[in-house]
Amino acid sequence: MKKIEAIIRPSAFDRVKEALSELGVHGMNYTEIKGFGRQHGHVEVYRGRTIAVDFLPKVRFEVVCHDEALERILKAILDAARTGGPEGPGKAGDGKIFVSEVLEAVRIRTGERGRDAV
Amino acid sequence: MNATDTAFILVCASMVFVMTPALALFYGGLVSARNVLSTSFHSYASLGLVTAVWAVCGYSLAFGSDASGIIGGLDYVFLAGMAGPAPLAGNLPHAAFMMFQCMFACLTVALISGSYAERIRFSAMLAFSLLWTVFCYCPMAHWVWGGGWMAQMGAVDFAGGAVVHMASAAAALACAHAVGPRLRIGLTGTSPHNLPMTLIGGGLLWFGWFGFNAGSALAAGPLAAHAFATTHLATAFGMIGWLLVEWMRTGKPTTLGAVSGALAGLVAITPAAGFVPLGSAMFMGFAGGMVCYAGVLLKNRFRYDDALDVVGIHGIGGTLGAILTGVFASAQVNGVNGLLYGSPRQLLVQTVSVIATWGYVYLASRLILLLVDKAVGLRADPDEEAAGLDLNEHHERGYSL
Repeated sequence: MKKIEAIIRPSAFDRVKEALSELGVHGMNYTEIKGFGRQHGHVEVYRGRTIAVDFLPKVRFEVVCHDEALERILKAILDAARTGGPEGPGKAGDGKIFVSEVLEAVRIRTGERGRDAV
Repeated sequence: MNATDTAFILVCASMVFVMTPALALFYGGLVSARNVLSTSFHSYASLGLVTAVWAVCGYSLAFGSDASGIIGGLDYVFLAGMAGPAPLAGNLPHAAFMMFQCMFACLTVALISGSYAERIRFSAMLAFSLLWTVFCYCPMAHWVWGGGWMAQMGAVDFAGGAVVHMASAAAALACAHAVGPRLRIGLTGTSPHNLPMTLIGGGLLWFGWFGFNAGSALAAGPLAAHAFATTHLATAFGMIGWLLVEWMRTGKPTTLGAVSGALAGLVAITPAAGFVPLGSAMFMGFAGGMVCYAGVLLKNRFRYDDALDVVGIHGIGGTLGAILTGVFASAQVNGVNGLLYGSPRQLLVQTVSVIATWGYVYLASRLILLLVDKAVGLRADPDEEAAGLDLNEHHERGYSL
């Protein structure tokens, strides 16, 4: 089992959600976060005083999947979240995806474990 | 007594009343979310506190029988002798005049709170406001409107350029110096948390200001209409002036700039509203907007933390307005000529009133702050300031989302 954490632009939220749904991913969650990488922040000016804002709003999706589904899901997220679409040039700020191993999963309702619980 | 004038003044008093809750919105939107309630409360509390002081002795000290041009007598302590017409406005019932003036006092004390926002202890704020009303507002109102020495000297202040704006700004500067800067300025999480709220507050202030300035004619006649017109014109031109400078300097016009410029125009025209011709009012507003933009930048250079720019807008705008009143006042409007109409002396007395206001109010405020600091302590402790005054001073939060 793998856990996919995809940090994406808020504007790509719906496209990524649709793409995952079409793949049959029926469980996911997201968090609204703030962060920065290579994309620079912006400045805000209030009565002539400048405030630098480094942290930009981003969305973090978390999906746990079976090993064999991993590549399909990664491709779907990439295609949906890259600026300009699958063939697009992409832009700094499009985000990052992290994949990690999941040791165990338990469905609380039934107590099922492992693959069956995902 | 005149029924039309009475009705007019009661409506105007209600409009001036609205300016204090409007100021709570205006200031509340400009601070961070964790201080929205404490900052709004600073304004709101003044409606209760200052009204009480006004009733006990404030009105009497400001408008009671004159004692050597310095202070009013004790004739109206606890609002005794309110029956019949007002001695200073025979067309109005005494109670109507007293209430109209009460709203000015509430607003003035609330204005100061922009300077110490986000770090003062609530008890210190209350103690300061109480003493300041008695020892600064009441003498100032007496000097200018109650027949005191400034009035005797011939200084004119139609609706409170000195009494309201310069006085609150001088106190604000004293507070900024005495309370010290906020721990975090210009860092992440210190941007204004709700500018739409500030815009609503600013719009309501503009609305209330019609009552403030037109009502200061104290009668429903041509002078009130003139003051209404000068007020609106100056405000519009203030907005334009500020936005022009801002657009040229930083490349973008801002909504906060628009509402700040409007406010600057309002402040600048306040002392002049019933003295200068309409064309001069447009110029004064325009100049007010541009000069106050520079005014808010002063705090960066002189390193005082006047959090919400009371000095930059009310101080600089009020001073500009008082001086320009001495330039543009025309006897055709209301019997007083300024420099432009052959009376340089008017400019001189206006300048004296400006210096006296800043000097007296600043020093008296520092003294009061010293006392209050000894008695209850001015500042919230650093941990409380970091977590926000709402939670620590009031045990509540503005937003539970």
